[in-house]
Amino acid sequence: MAEELIYSDPQLRGILGRVRTIAMVGASPNWNRPSYFVMKYLLEKGYGVVPVNPRAAGQEILGIPCVATLAEVPGAIDMVDVFRAGEAAGAIVDEAIALRETKGIAVVWMQIGVRNDAAAARAEAAGIEVVMDHCPKIEYGRLNSELSWGGFNSRIISSRRRKVHIR
Amino acid sequence: MSKTDKNQFGFETRMIHAGTPPEPITGARQTPIFQNTSYVFHDADHAASLFNLQTFGFIYSRLTNPTVAALEERIASLENGRGATCCASGHAAQILAFFPFMEPGDAFIASNRLYGGSITQFGKTFKKFGWQVHFVDVDDPENVRQALTPNCKAIFVESLANPGGVVSDLETLADIAHEAGVPLIVDNTMATPYLCQPFEWGADLVVHSMTKFLSGNGTSVGGCVVDSGTFDWSQNDKFAGLTEPEPAYHGLRFYETFGDMAFTTHAHAVGLRDLGATLAPMNAFQTLLGVETLSLRMDRHCANALEVAHFLEGHDLVDWVSHAGLDSSPYRALAKKYLPGGAGAVFTFGVKGGYEMGVKVVESCELFSHLANIGDTRSLILHPASTTHRQLSDEQRTAAGAGPEVIRVSIGLETVGDLLADLDQALQLAAKSGKHAAE
Repeated sequence: MAEELIYSDPQLRGILGRVRTIAMVGASPNWNRPSYFVMKYLLEKGYGVVPVNPRAAGQEILGIPCVATLAEVPGAIDMVDVFRAGEAAGAIVDEAIALRETKGIAVVWMQIGVRNDAAAARAEAAGIEVVMDHCPKIEYGRLNSELSWGGFNSRIISSRRRKVHIR
Repeated sequence: MSKTDKNQFGFETRMIHAGTPPEPITGARQTPIFQNTSYVFHDADHAASLFNLQTFGFIYSRLTNPTVAALEERIASLENGRGATCCASGHAAQILAFFPFMEPGDAFIASNRLYGGSITQFGKTFKKFGWQVHFVDVDDPENVRQALTPNCKAIFVESLANPGGVVSDLETLADIAHEAGVPLIVDNTMATPYLCQPFEWGADLVVHSMTKFLSGNGTSVGGCVVDSGTFDWSQNDKFAGLTEPEPAYHGLRFYETFGDMAFTTHAHAVGLRDLGATLAPMNAFQTLLGVETLSLRMDRHCANALEVAHFLEGHDLVDWVSHAGLDSSPYRALAKKYLPGGAGAVFTFGVKGGYEMGVKVVESCELFSHLANIGDTRSLILHPASTTHRQLSDEQRTAAGAGPEVIRVSIGLETVGDLLADLDQALQLAAKSGKHAAE
């Protein structure tokens, strides 16, 4: 049994607060796929999201041109969000490590069910922060009280008044 | 979910704070009662995202409401679950618990000692949905194993059975359920999450009648289904409702899309949407207030109940007492394991003199209220054979611990000496009138 993955709320809050642009590897053009849900949500929250998927390259997903590889993403990438199986994640992480300097990649985030401890160790050795087996949409919603609207246990307790942002 | 901050706060803190941070717009510290049906969309795209379940938010209070959601998160937190779905009653919670994965022709196994209302719902009304229940005596795990069939989708028990004194061996039952690839569903109404934590012992879903100890004051009918988030719905092909494309959401697969949130999302987006058994926001508010004092009340409920049980056990007119906190109880060992903080406040006793004596004792009480509820601040008394368990056959009544001589009490928070005095005078009065009738 692999070691339990533990990420603190301040760590996740820090990542989701610092990151501006996200390359989503494995983004699907089908509206009822989980990756589409996450991409749409993150765009609504103000993140720049570029879909990366060789099979959909050249198409638009949610109005954004899809590219085939991380290297083809125009501009900087703060975070790579991996919507691919754990085995495929290794090659994606290696590509992210190679592009770390040129693209400014600071975080690799692997989705729920995606875990590759060896790749994570390589990324961390290269100075990239890694989150595995979690979803940025769910964590963003959880940390901003939105998950609670659906009856979910956010595990957050606070008597401080939360700031309401006007977009 | 971040696994880091699991149980960062203690039970009592979560009882008061979970799900209810200050309201961010006004700063109101107590939870507002959102007496409201519908919620304004930002624009058409936002509406589309909500209806497609692509974003979090409110559409219509049949599905979700902010006051109800606050209570859901609080119960989910107290049970250490992933999410909760509150609904109109405990009976509604039982339908919602089975609805996501049961199809016509499916079956489940349930304890034959369940609360009489559950036995009637499962045995009679569920049959009309094509859901078949097999009632077994779960005290012998072999009975459960033998009742397993290929179409069996779940095992259902009460942690502490109503009317009384029976404790289920949750850990063993969870093992049997998981070997068969089905979830263990536990009705935790009588124990509450303060006395029993079914998920710690391997249960997968918990249901509550919140009408009882959670709301605590006899003000509000309500129910809740809590999902542990740990059951793998894709381990076999039994749970198509959660794993296969959902036609009502354009082929969305709930388990693939929502992972450990799938059950609770389905229970709202399909269950409450189409069954409509919604909890009213005012009832959610009353229940939130009740839960704030749950631990204090349960400690006192349990202490009073044990004292009453000891008193009755020594009473000349009482034949037996079934309370899992008594040394005489065959469930004492199980109670020590699963209910370390106390064996609850609802129990039964048998009066000498059978059905007639049972009815007379109930009618002779002055302080105990004769009514069909449990888990109130007030002490309550009932003769199950003539009321709650009336719809059952004689065999079912006996199996359920509700035979002709049985009286059920739910011990409240009054001065315990007053409770002993009231039961004593009722027993004496009933015995005297019985003697007169005989003469």
